[in-house]
Amino acid sequence: MTISWRSDNGCLVKIVVTVKQVPDPNSATLLESDNTLARDREVVLDPGDECGIEEGLQLKEAHGGEVILVSMGPERAKDAIRKGLSMGADRGVLISDVQLAGADALLTARALAAAIKPEQPDLVICATESYDGSTGMVPPMLAELLGLPQLTIAKKVEVDGSTIKVHRQTADGYQVVEASTPALISVTAGIAEPRYASLKGIMAARSKEIKQVGLSDLGIERGEPGETIEGIADAEARKAGAIIEDDGTAVDRIIQVLAQAKVV
Amino acid sequence: MDFELSAEQRAVRELCRDFAKEVVAPAAEELDRDHKFGYDIVRRMGELGLFGLPFSEEFGGAGADFLSLCLAIEEISRADAGVGITLEAAVCLGAAPIYDFGSVAQKQKWLPDLLAGRKLWAFGLTEPEAGSDAGATKTRAELRDGHWVVNGAKQFITNCGTEISAGVTVTAVTGKNKRGGPEISAIMIPTGTPGYHVLESYRKLGWHSSDTHPLSFESCEVPVENVLGERGGGYRQFLNTLMGGRIAIAALSVGVAQACLDASLAYAKERRTFGVPISKHQAIQFKLADMAMETELARTMVYRAATAYSHGGGKATDDVRMLAAMCKLYASETSKRAADQAVQIHGGYGFMEDYPVARYWRDVKVNEIGEGTSEVQRMLIARLLGA
Repeated sequence: MTISWRSDNGCLVKIVVTVKQVPDPNSATLLESDNTLARDREVVLDPGDECGIEEGLQLKEAHGGEVILVSMGPERAKDAIRKGLSMGADRGVLISDVQLAGADALLTARALAAAIKPEQPDLVICATESYDGSTGMVPPMLAELLGLPQLTIAKKVEVDGSTIKVHRQTADGYQVVEASTPALISVTAGIAEPRYASLKGIMAARSKEIKQVGLSDLGIERGEPGETIEGIADAEARKAGAIIEDDGTAVDRIIQVLAQAKVV
Repeated sequence: MDFELSAEQRAVRELCRDFAKEVVAPAAEELDRDHKFGYDIVRRMGELGLFGLPFSEEFGGAGADFLSLCLAIEEISRADAGVGITLEAAVCLGAAPIYDFGSVAQKQKWLPDLLAGRKLWAFGLTEPEAGSDAGATKTRAELRDGHWVVNGAKQFITNCGTEISAGVTVTAVTGKNKRGGPEISAIMIPTGTPGYHVLESYRKLGWHSSDTHPLSFESCEVPVENVLGERGGGYRQFLNTLMGGRIAIAALSVGVAQACLDASLAYAKERRTFGVPISKHQAIQFKLADMAMETELARTMVYRAATAYSHGGGKATDDVRMLAAMCKLYASETSKRAADQAVQIHGGYGFMEDYPVARYWRDVKVNEIGEGTSEVQRMLIARLLGA
C-alpha cells in the first residue's frame, strides 16, 4: 500500500489518532465470567489517548492540518470521541458492530486499519497501550496492516517536512529514531499534558461529524480469534522489603543495596 | 420521561469533575486556611468558559443550558464550596440580570469580560434590615440632573471586593408604585464610582475562599442609563434572579453533600475498630446509606428544577418557583446533615482541620441561609400551596 505525500509545503495535513473508551480508572476493575473486563460501568476516554490527542492537536497547531479520531466500541463510545472533539479534534469515526464484541488485538487492529486506510493519513498516533487491555499489540499490528513505518514509545516528536523524528526512552537507553511520513507513532503519557476541553469546545463538538461504520462497511469479517484468555491468576504479592535501621552506617548500606541493584 | 443527561451535559460534568479534582481541590485547604481568593483558579475557570456557560455566543457565552451550569457548580463545589459560590454568584447574580434585563449597550459594555471570567459583577439586595423582605429596602436612588444619586448600605455581598470586581447591581427605592408601595429599581454601579465604598471583608464561618463585603453608598452618582431594565422593574427582576440562584445554590449543596459522602466512605473503609473497618459496622453503614440516598434525591430535584427553569425560558412561573424553593430547601438541609454525619464518622479527626470534613461542616451552614433562608423557602412553598 502506498500513501502519497499530498502536502505542497511539507507540512502534516492529516493526522489520525486512535482512541478508546475504557472503564473509569478511578473505579474498581471487575471481570466478567469469561475473564473479559466488565464494561457496564462508568467509562471514560482512555487517559493515554488524551495524551495522543494532545500531541495530534499540537502538531496540527504547529503545522496545520486535520485531526481525525478513530475508535472501535459500542455506540456509547461516541462520548469518548466527542470528548476528543471538544478538545479540538476535527471529526471522528466509530467502528461499531455486535460482531466486534470481545475482539482481540488482531481483530481490533484489522478493523482500525480498514477504517483508517481510506483516510490516507500522513500520521497515525496511538497510545503505547490501552489502560484496560494493556496488550500494547494494536499499534504495531496496525502499522504492519497499514504498511507504515512504526516509531514506538515516543516521549517527544519532531516533524520537519516529510521527516518525523521520535525520542524514546527504553530499557536499553535513550534513542532518537526517524522515518519519513506517512508513519505510525505510539506515544507515552509523558509526551504532552492533555488540555481541558473548553465549554465552547464542548458545544462546538455537537456539530462535528462522527461517522459510524460496521464490519460490512469496512469489508472485513470477524474470523477466528488470535488470542483467547485461558485463565486469570493474581499477581504474586509483593514481598516485604528489607528494613535498614540507622546505627550511623545506614546511608552507606543503602548505597550498597542500590549499587547491587545497579540503580546507582 | 428521560432521566439521562445529554451528551453535552455529560461532557460538561466530566470536564468540571476533572478540573475540580486536578486544580480546585489541591488548592482548597490553603485558600480556606489563609482566607485567600483563588485568582488563578478563577482565571482558569474563565478560560474553560465556565462563567459564560448558560449565555449565548453573541456575548462570548458557551450557549449551554441552565442544567449544565448546575452540573458545573456541583462539581466545583465538591472540591471547594467557596470557589463554587464565586462561580454561582458571578453567573447567576452578577451576569444573568445584565444578560436578562440589560440594554444592548449595557450588555456589550460588560458581558464579554464577565462571561470570560476576566471581571466579576456583584448583586446587592440584602441590607441590614431587608433581604427576602424587599419591601423594607432602605437604599434610595434619586434622579437629579440626569444622574441617579444612591444612598444606603448593602451587606453580605459576594464578589464585590476582588481585584477583578467590576461593579455591583443594587436594588434601591426610586419612588412609589401605583399601589403606594415602594418602587424598586435595579441600578448598576461600577467599581471606583465616587461614593461607592467596599468595606472591610467579613470574618466568616466558612466559604473562606470567597470574597464577601458590606457596601455603603454616599451620594454615589451614576448616569441615568445605569438603571437595569426598566425603572421600577427591580422587584420582578430579583425574584427572577433569585429563582435561578436558588436552584444553583441547591446544586452547590449537592456538591458538598457528595464531598461529605466521598470523604466518609473512604475514611470508613480505612479506619478500623474492633478488628474491622468501621464501614462494616451497621451504625456507620446506615449513616452512609442515608447520605447517599439524600444526596441522590437532592441531585434529582436539582436536575428537575433546572430543567423546568430552562423549559420555561427562565420565567418565574409558580411551578418553577415551587421547584426552586423545594430543591434549595431540601439540598441545603441535606448538605448540612451530610456534613454533620461526615464529621461524626471521622470521630475526633473530624474535629481537626487536617481532614476536609471540618471545612465542609463550616461551609454548609450558610447553604440554609443564602439566597433565601430555609424558613423563607418553607414560607414560599406554603404560599404557593395556597395555605
